[in-house]
Amino acid sequence: MSEQRNLRVLIVEDEPGDERLMRLALRQGGFTVDLSTVSDGHEAQRFLRREGERFGHASRPDLILLDLKMPGQNGLEFLAAVKQDERLRAIPVVVITTSTLDADVLAAYQHGAVGYVQKPTDINEFIKAIDKLGQYWFELVRLPENPE
Amino acid sequence: MSTEQHRFVVLLVEDEPADAHLVKAAISENHILADLRIAVDGREALEYLRRQGPRFADAPRPNLILLDLNMPRMDGREFLAAIKQEPYLRDIPVVILTTSEVERDVLASYHLGAAGYITKPVDVLQFMAAIRDLGDYWFDLVRLPHQK
Repeated sequence: MSEQRNLRVLIVEDEPGDERLMRLALRQGGFTVDLSTVSDGHEAQRFLRREGERFGHASRPDLILLDLKMPGQNGLEFLAAVKQDERLRAIPVVVITTSTLDADVLAAYQHGAVGYVQKPTDINEFIKAIDKLGQYWFELVRLPENPE
Repeated sequence: MSTEQHRFVVLLVEDEPADAHLVKAAISENHILADLRIAVDGREALEYLRRQGPRFADAPRPNLILLDLNMPRMDGREFLAAIKQEPYLRDIPVVILTTSEVERDVLASYHLGAAGYITKPVDVLQFMAAIRDLGDYWFDLVRLPHQK
């Protein structure tokens, strides 16, 4: 990837504890990414469309990490909306969730997710998981250049 | 065949036998338990997935597709667009593995639903490491649909 700027990651997650854990895990993995967090699908859509004062200067993320179970708009509805939007659909969305249901796995991929990660409850396992995710998305693959 | 030891089926769509051989070697080198199937272009890959003709009548559904972009008959872009339009195939993640460094190809691939874009390293050791990181993500970290 280009070295000029940090990659930008949007976390869609209603649990503040999980967000803190994510920041910790990314730091542990040595990934210098710019993180933004929103707490449900509706807020994520406002972020991506830069609606309102809070999101007026929001930057387009290079990757979205998405929880499935949230109040407001849930993860699958949000995923479907992003993948139907011509301007947003190229942003890869990885699902990170506690759900272990086969139906959720299948639905996530059907709706265009590019990975389904089951959140490990153990903190060391969580750090290892984020390391693998980071190696793939931040080191190995090329993401679309982000003009913003 | 040897389905007990192979936890995953990977369909590689690649017209260059030397490149296909290298992927096979990298999978084996990294001890990835994948049954690698090869189609030489997009059209053959669609025949494989739709189990058309005697050759593909018993073809196992892949958990992951690795796709070259530049191939004769049907290229990677057309193939990707085709399978993402088929409801019973669209959940299979498709990772682009190509020599193309053109930004237009990167953006178009994600727009069509690619689950990663890897520029093939020319160096063999780097290529092995790339397949290792790819394996860590898809076969160790994430859950795939229809996983055994």
